[in-house]
Amino acid sequence: MKVGFYPGCSLEGSSKEYSKSLFAVAKICGITLREIEDWSCCGATAAHNLNHDLAIALPARTIALAEKQGFEQIVIPCAACYGRLAAAQQAILGDESILARTQKNIDMELTGKVQLLTIFEFLQQYIFPVADKHIVNKLNQKTACYYGCLLARPKDLTKLEHPENPMEMEKAMEKAGASPIDWAFKTECCGAGFSMSRTDLVAKLSGKILEDAADRGAESIVVACPMCHSNLDLRRPEIKKQLKKDINIPVLFITQALGLSMGIPACDLGLDKHFVPTEKAVSCIVKKEA
Amino acid sequence: MAKIGVFICHCGENISATIDVAKVAEEASKMPGVAYAMDYKYMCSDPGQTKIIEAIKEHQLTGIVVGACSPRMHEATFRKAAEKAGINPFLCEIANLREHISWVHPRTEATTQKAIDIVRTIVNKVKKDTPLYPIKVPVTKTALVIGGGIAGIQAALDIANAGHKVILVEKSPSIGGHMSQLSETFPTLDCSQCILTPRMVEVAQHPNITLHTFAEVESVSGFVGNFDVKVRLKARSVDMSKCTGCGACWQKCPNKKIPDEFNAGLSFRTAIYSPFPQAVPNKPVIDRANCTWFQKQKCGLCKKTCPAGAIDYDMQDEIIDLKIGAIVTATGFDIKHADFFPEYGYGEFKDVIDGLQFERLASASGPTGGEIRRPSDGTVPEKIVFLACSGSRDKAKGIEYCSKICCMYTAKHAMLYKHKHHHGDAYVFYMDIRSAGKNYDEFVRRAIEEDDVHYIRGRVSRIYEKNGKLIVKGVDTLMNSESVEIEADMVVLATAAVANPDAESVAQKMHISYDKHHFFAEAHPKLRPVETNTAGIMLAGACQTAKDIPDSVSQASAAASKIIGLFSTDEMTREPIVAVVNRCMPPLFTTCTGCLLCMEVCPYHAIEREEIKDRRTGEVLKVAAKVNAGLCQGCGTCVAFCRNKSIDLQGFSNQQMLSEVMALLNKPF
Amino acid sequence: MSEFEPKIVAFVCNWCTYAGADLAGTSRTQYAPNVRIVRFPCTGRIDFMLLMKAFENGADGIIVSGCHPNDCHYTSGNFHARRRWIVFRSLLDFIGFDTDRITFSWVSAAEGKKWAGLVDEVTDKIKAKGPFTDLDKLDCTKLKEMYDEAIAK
Repeated sequence: MKVGFYPGCSLEGSSKEYSKSLFAVAKICGITLREIEDWSCCGATAAHNLNHDLAIALPARTIALAEKQGFEQIVIPCAACYGRLAAAQQAILGDESILARTQKNIDMELTGKVQLLTIFEFLQQYIFPVADKHIVNKLNQKTACYYGCLLARPKDLTKLEHPENPMEMEKAMEKAGASPIDWAFKTECCGAGFSMSRTDLVAKLSGKILEDAADRGAESIVVACPMCHSNLDLRRPEIKKQLKKDINIPVLFITQALGLSMGIPACDLGLDKHFVPTEKAVSCIVKKEA
Repeated sequence: MAKIGVFICHCGENISATIDVAKVAEEASKMPGVAYAMDYKYMCSDPGQTKIIEAIKEHQLTGIVVGACSPRMHEATFRKAAEKAGINPFLCEIANLREHISWVHPRTEATTQKAIDIVRTIVNKVKKDTPLYPIKVPVTKTALVIGGGIAGIQAALDIANAGHKVILVEKSPSIGGHMSQLSETFPTLDCSQCILTPRMVEVAQHPNITLHTFAEVESVSGFVGNFDVKVRLKARSVDMSKCTGCGACWQKCPNKKIPDEFNAGLSFRTAIYSPFPQAVPNKPVIDRANCTWFQKQKCGLCKKTCPAGAIDYDMQDEIIDLKIGAIVTATGFDIKHADFFPEYGYGEFKDVIDGLQFERLASASGPTGGEIRRPSDGTVPEKIVFLACSGSRDKAKGIEYCSKICCMYTAKHAMLYKHKHHHGDAYVFYMDIRSAGKNYDEFVRRAIEEDDVHYIRGRVSRIYEKNGKLIVKGVDTLMNSESVEIEADMVVLATAAVANPDAESVAQKMHISYDKHHFFAEAHPKLRPVETNTAGIMLAGACQTAKDIPDSVSQASAAASKIIGLFSTDEMTREPIVAVVNRCMPPLFTTCTGCLLCMEVCPYHAIEREEIKDRRTGEVLKVAAKVNAGLCQGCGTCVAFCRNKSIDLQGFSNQQMLSEVMALLNKPF
Repeated sequence: MSEFEPKIVAFVCNWCTYAGADLAGTSRTQYAPNVRIVRFPCTGRIDFMLLMKAFENGADGIIVSGCHPNDCHYTSGNFHARRRWIVFRSLLDFIGFDTDRITFSWVSAAEGKKWAGLVDEVTDKIKAKGPFTDLDKLDCTKLKEMYDEAIAK
């Protein structure tokens, strides 16, 4: 099955391990991911702050490329990229004049009818049906599944079953033999794009998240968004300073966690790219009983 | 041969200042069918009316037109004068020369010409007028009150005290409604049961009131003054005539795990139960759905225990037929219980409760004997956070309206808590404070100033549990939108007041309208708040919209007064502006083809299907429409729909309207 | 040269628009004198063939006005009137009638000013259009063809 893949800037750069682990898991499960050729930036927060048409045109260009290259479905692991493409799709499918204007702006043919998959939809549709065959390990640890904001909002675009208390990652972690904990900060803000301009706020907000997870006994945190990962992992020194506590819980991408359960070696999942060491999490893993 | 009289009023100078009234009278006298015309300074005055009466008698007029102020002012006056003079009052019509002409146009020829045109129009309408007679409908002087809460109780007492029979139907085992669940009422902090129970007893003992509890209305048919109502008396499984209310049965009942509705789910009750100690009637019922005997044919302890032999497992539902003259719908409301705010943990965290549950905690007859205790561990909370507007005024949650009572009961709850635990901390997160009634604002200020309740203006975004406490995350908009985080022991949500889950089906049974929130619709939001569009059916209490006890009682008395007025005669008279389906000689009988399109569009369900039968053989010869003059309100929608003009509106008939239009354009008709 | 003064007939409901016109009167709001009101209990009562009769007999413009949706004194009469108007208007369009000569409006009992404004607006509009003489120019041939076809089936 050929599924289109849109990495966006984050999966190319700061969260390259997300992309690496996704491909590793997909390969084991027999899924081929094809990157969309000549894709460009989704516009992120900058575009929709400046100009409405630009905010739709940028993601629409990628959708148009996907159509042109014959994809019926594309998976967009980055939460922000998914949000932007889904919002653009909603706009062009909901209003003919917007579709017409956008087509003119990007100077390409566009129907807007490619199916956009969130990472959870991709896992649900392609990985879970065959996962049991490939899962050889039990992660054997308590994990806190962290969704952050854009994976859960806006409700009608992200399509989670319970937006205020999502369980999609928990289901995946149970499959992987981990024990997801019940905790209070699943969808609370980590500080998002203020990582550079107001690192103090990120330290405070992400600190609260880490603290709650630690208080409830989590041994690792699982995320599905590059921003979440960055704030909880890269900014750990600032968080520790803010909390005046030494919390060393590693942060894994969901695809890395699944990959570990499927017996893929840690270096093939990009675990070496993390700032917070992941050895503790890896050492918990045991072989699954037959 | 028409002999119309035209009377043009000067109305002092109001009409004559801009209209040449003498000219209008002169032109009128020349119009075909006009036998007499005059003008006078004050037509509505005594001498003016006398002139009209004399002219009618002298010239033997067959109809009159008064050119004066708006018919909304004096149509009734001049119709009475016509009646005095001996002609049918509906042969008198008014030409609106003041509001529609003299007051809105300058003194020009065009203005006078307009007056002449309008007079001519009305003259032509009168030519086609037929005498109309008020319609009489018989009245059964028994009222039905549906719902035994405070509104239903008040309405029943008022009607019964006026000397009429009342049947009060209540679906739960006892009357009392939500008011019986309250601990104290605002703004007086009266003990709710203390002021309610005397009324409940009065209802039970009143010679004019028949009380049916554990009963529901099955169907309503008929029309005002003549309703046929079927009521289902649900099987109590207890013989009321033998039961003494001793309580031995529910003490012995082994099934003690049923969530208690009266205590808002905070405690359990038995399968055979009386809802609360002051219940009226204080005789139990068996909840068959949860009773071991009825579900598994085991047990039967209550029957063995009962010293009076009152338990009857074989009892069946009984349907009774009632003849009713008017109905008061007082079915009340509910509060939203569902998992409405997943971010607040309602339903997930035991110590996040709703307003009704707090009432039961505060109530001396409640599950904790009146002590405010956490449902989770029974300890006394040191800090309670109250959230106002939980769901109301929130388009995203589907409830745009304000539930009206919550600001007041939240203040009350906070005060009750502080009165019981002086050292405790109470916080209220609010958007606005709506305390508009008598002594209401003073009550809220008392909570803030005397009882030291902390009011924070802002909403709460999330509540979560940590280490046995509830962390409430909100914002204080009056402090620069600072975040506020409170570690509370208990949270009380003032959830939205909503219609009962069965409100839609009740409204449909009664043929009354309801809005998208299933609150019942009043006839006019400003001027007819206690009637519905269905003649004879009144509304009282929170079933119409959320309201507090004083307003419910007022509305109930108002509804009662409407019914007492209805019952003040043996026969009701109605204005004869009603639709009529034409009838003519056999074999045609009527031009109506029985398509019954009129029946579908009538807003009052006033049109029936009639079978025209052969008088001797009973054979159905034709199916046609028939208008129930008692229900018809005279809108004429049916007339416009009728494909072959077989139905017409008296007072605004097709002939009349056409002649008006033709006369307006000065064309013969 | 006398200026053309259009004849405008207004079909109004008793409870809202008629009362609104009364209010315009009590407020002494002045407006054009070309309108003549015919009172109905409800706009739902208005048979639209009456409108055609009016045009046939010299009316140049027509106003139909009643209670705002949801406020009908008889609950739903104005809804029926509105739906009837929508169907009737497309029929008139079909046969080439200038539907602009008919103005459908909602004026409540509190909107005296609105009534006055409406009358002035319609009077100006019809004045600009000139007298109505097109009755014989209406093209019913296509309509007749459709009718004949339907009957033949």
